[in-house]
Amino acid sequence: MPNVHDRGGWPNEEAINLDNHEWLDWQWQTQALPIVLRQKGIINSDELRRGIESIPRDDYEAMPYHDRWATSIESLLIEKGILTDKEIQSKVTEIVRRWN
Amino acid sequence: MKDSYKPDYRINDRVRIKNVYPQGHHRTPWFIKGKIGHIAAIYGKFLNPEQRAYGLDGCPKQALYRIQFKQKNVWVNYLGETQDTLCVDLYERWIERV
Repeated sequence: MPNVHDRGGWPNEEAINLDNHEWLDWQWQTQALPIVLRQKGIINSDELRRGIESIPRDDYEAMPYHDRWATSIESLLIEKGILTDKEIQSKVTEIVRRWN
Repeated sequence: MKDSYKPDYRINDRVRIKNVYPQGHHRTPWFIKGKIGHIAAIYGKFLNPEQRAYGLDGCPKQALYRIQFKQKNVWVNYLGETQDTLCVDLYERWIERV
């Protein structure tokens, strides 16, 4: 069985949805973040891909596209000792409070 | 170094893609493993993504080829035309001579 990201040629009975859709702000930010991190020499594209491929199969299947990016970026920044899980969680808590 | 580089394969060489499933990051899709095609283009040498994915420098660089396959050789029960082809970009370490 191929890894979860290795999708080419998987049988699929569903029609492919080709409609354009608007991105939410966080999706633009998630798209931009690896560009900044690459420019600063903190991560490269291959690491980003490896991070996405490392997401457990069930989580991967449940996540929309940019959630996988965000998950990969988060785990790479923790792995490299740039942020801690605790720092990310406390920032998330702060933002959630601000938005509610 | 750059000038002394010679790729192991030449245009039109018949090659087989290694049918292996290593643990780490690699960019060879499952459906092309074990299949036979021919070298259609030689792009040059690039930093090895299998190393770069773990924060290493990606050296030595790996030759990257465009390899062309007959669709009917790739997919079981392929329903399209017999002359249909598929191209995949693959690194040298994934290729063996037929």
